[in-house]
Amino acid sequence: MGSYISNTAQQRQAMLKTIGLTRLDELYADVPDSVRIQSGLKLKEGLGELEVSRQIRSMANKNVIYESCFRGAGAYRHYIPAAVKSIVSKEEFVTAYTPYQAEISQGILQSIFEYQTMIAELTGMDAANASVYDGATAAAEAVALCQERKKRVALISSCVHPQVIETIRTYCFGNGMEIRLIEEKEGVTDLEQLQEALGPEVACVLLQQPNFYGNLEDVAQIEPAIHAQQAKLIISCNPIALALMKAPGELKADIAVGEGQPLGLSLSFGGPYLGFMAVKEKLMRKLPGRIVGQTRDSQGRIAYVLTLQAREQHIRREKASSNICSNEAHCALTAAVYLAMMGKSGLQECAHQCHSKAAYLRKELEKIGYLPVHARPYFHEFVTSCPQDVQSVLQRLAQQGILGGLPISDNRILWCVTELISKEEMDRLITILKEGKA
Amino acid sequence: MTLFEKSQPGCGNQLLASLDVPTVELESAFVRQSEWTLPAMAEADLSRHYTELAEKTHGVNNGFYPLGSCTMKYNPKINEALAALPGFTEIHPLQPLESVQGCLEVLYKAEQALCEITGMDAMSFQPAAGAHGEFTGLLLIKAYHQSRQDHKRTKILVPDSAHGTNPASASMAGFTIVNIPSNDEGCVDLEALRAAADEETAGLMLTNPNTVGLFDRNILEITKIVHEAGGLNYYDGANLNAIMGIVRPGEMGFDVIHLNLHKTFSTPHGGGGPGSGPVGCKDFLIPFLPNPHAVVLEEEYSWEESLHSIGRVRAFYGNFLVVVKALAYILTLGKEGIPEAAANAVLNANYMLTKLKDLYPPAYDGLCMHEFVLSLEKLKKEKGVSAMDIAKSLLDYGIHPPTMYFPLIVPEALMVEPTETESKQTLDEAVEAFRTIYATAISEPEQLHAAPQSTVIGRPDEVQAARSPIVRWRPEHQ
Repeated sequence: MGSYISNTAQQRQAMLKTIGLTRLDELYADVPDSVRIQSGLKLKEGLGELEVSRQIRSMANKNVIYESCFRGAGAYRHYIPAAVKSIVSKEEFVTAYTPYQAEISQGILQSIFEYQTMIAELTGMDAANASVYDGATAAAEAVALCQERKKRVALISSCVHPQVIETIRTYCFGNGMEIRLIEEKEGVTDLEQLQEALGPEVACVLLQQPNFYGNLEDVAQIEPAIHAQQAKLIISCNPIALALMKAPGELKADIAVGEGQPLGLSLSFGGPYLGFMAVKEKLMRKLPGRIVGQTRDSQGRIAYVLTLQAREQHIRREKASSNICSNEAHCALTAAVYLAMMGKSGLQECAHQCHSKAAYLRKELEKIGYLPVHARPYFHEFVTSCPQDVQSVLQRLAQQGILGGLPISDNRILWCVTELISKEEMDRLITILKEGKA
Repeated sequence: MTLFEKSQPGCGNQLLASLDVPTVELESAFVRQSEWTLPAMAEADLSRHYTELAEKTHGVNNGFYPLGSCTMKYNPKINEALAALPGFTEIHPLQPLESVQGCLEVLYKAEQALCEITGMDAMSFQPAAGAHGEFTGLLLIKAYHQSRQDHKRTKILVPDSAHGTNPASASMAGFTIVNIPSNDEGCVDLEALRAAADEETAGLMLTNPNTVGLFDRNILEITKIVHEAGGLNYYDGANLNAIMGIVRPGEMGFDVIHLNLHKTFSTPHGGGGPGSGPVGCKDFLIPFLPNPHAVVLEEEYSWEESLHSIGRVRAFYGNFLVVVKALAYILTLGKEGIPEAAANAVLNANYMLTKLKDLYPPAYDGLCMHEFVLSLEKLKKEKGVSAMDIAKSLLDYGIHPPTMYFPLIVPEALMVEPTETESKQTLDEAVEAFRTIYATAISEPEQLHAAPQSTVIGRPDEVQAARSPIVRWRPEHQ
């Protein structure tokens, strides 16, 4: 129906005349006739806005929105302050391109500079980039960044999110690095096995904190051994947990990465999300993607620009540190607005509530026979046994508008509790589980 | 002033409910000891801060944005509204299949439509951006050759006019790059291609229309040369806007393709992202697509996993909400609207080119596609006015400059892509601005070195920024 074109038929004709043509199809003289689409696309005719809206809404309505969500595993439902959505939907932020022209992009550039600062603060690192696609690609880029001519092995903990491991595998299929998985032992990385696996060929070690099972890894214990082999330590972390938990910088990580979705982004069936990435100063020039820097303009005023571009694909082509061009800038803006709205004390409160509520649910579940599988310190996720058939338990919850924890085997469930879940909702969950047992 | 200078310790916002369960502290060995900070701001001040930043940002809604190769068309509001439906935004990516049928329907329908437009047989939405799509597509090519035990195919042919992402992606996928020179007409040099294509060729990456805005009329010959050498043809979809609904890459001999939904299919760029770079391919490459892939099984949508897949290229299923926006756009345009948008993008570009070419020589003669490249080599030589000077002068007219100094094969290049959603009036005003600037370049060239004059900052010192990088706020730098 519409194609958002402003010009009328007469204007188009006048423009054609200016060019010296009479028909639109003359513009395609260079396209071989043999491949021109002759009888039109096999698509429906265009629709008016109302009809498009009806069709897409009907798709949205086929999805189930659960009232209570006890599922995390890499995507977390947190409270998103109203101001966040309002601020980030300003048209200028939504419709701008990458800020190549600094003079008319100071707003976007400054917002990214502020985001980089907040990520550096949160992770305890020196420098952050302007974002990568998601937490999984951030980890994959971090691993790739560590390769050197004689160091081509990456040690990856099995307690890292499985989809992150799969993504790293795919990237390594490209760059030829070798992945060695370190096994899980009692819910955390088997540090003895990790220690044995360390050698001069190891480029990096990737640990996740808290790990996929929600447990906290004893990073401090293994860090000296990693660095003794001149391997880099990469920690993939939950950004909200960092308000409470020892930061990667404190744990002497060389690179901190993670999924930024908890910072004000909705679940959105998995994307758009936000890969954050921060490094110690000595690795700054190896970071992939955009970085905003502060400088001065011709009159000495503070100005922000895309900087260290000699790393990037449009300058270095095949020698670039990564091919990344478009990133997740708008998600980074969202994270920055979220962090500024929450403030340090708000984020600490959020993390504290997540942990306290998870502890409450863990205890209540234990009382009804859903026993904790691991006896490790945790943040807001944990694994329990399931005394009954997992699928029927989860179905029963679903019928009551509850998305239960993620089944990770026939008799184990990975639960997640955030500040959004009230005690009432947890008690209701327990009641439904108990009823099913009787 | 940044948020950090505006921060007032003690300020904050009341956002969460009070804790309704007993307080539990994290085990002390894991508790953060190191100092850190975030801005402490009241909502009112924060809101104004970002309004101020928005005012210092030029988006498509602020004015003309003819940034070549980026297809900065208007971003329809209905797409935003539909992508914000709670039925999409509140859906956890690991929900049971029966509770996400609508999401899979979006992916499936978008795939069907985009396959029809591109002539491909299947598509994956996992890649989050164009470059991510290139990387994914190249891994398909790699997996295909390996599956045939054809291990010597380690080279990817890339024209010298290609986007920088092409060689960078090929390098990340573990290939070596062979540069193919362009001929005098800005297109692929067939003889050079024939000489380069051999039993080590894994594939060719090509943009058509190419980055100088020309449709390579030898396209069928080009793809044939590569196929005959045993390689595959990769289509960089960055420039699809010129030809959607007119010709299908799949019918030009391409085997694998990525699209930029954030260019061709009107989804906004968000200041650099999120984009979406779906990868499409022909039948014989489907087994290698990333896992999982949305399919219809017995009238229900389901995920399918292939044993031969290259694996995941990110977590979950890609930038899903971007796909919702693109689907809304495709439904709106439909079968007639899609070629109409393409033809008008080409019309707008040729109109501008016609009205500029007496002053600004195009890099190559003839009709252009959706964009054209001007070379300011002569002006630079004679008056010392560079492509940069012209670009910066346009800022004073409220126009976002064209892409500068790209493609690399054109000296002092300005690459102009008006898109179809710009009115004749906007184009006329832009032409007027270009012509006025040209007149100044002839009469008072020094004036242009000082441009822009009306923006919130003048030209920034980029050399200083890179030499002593300040990439985070610190009080001592203010």
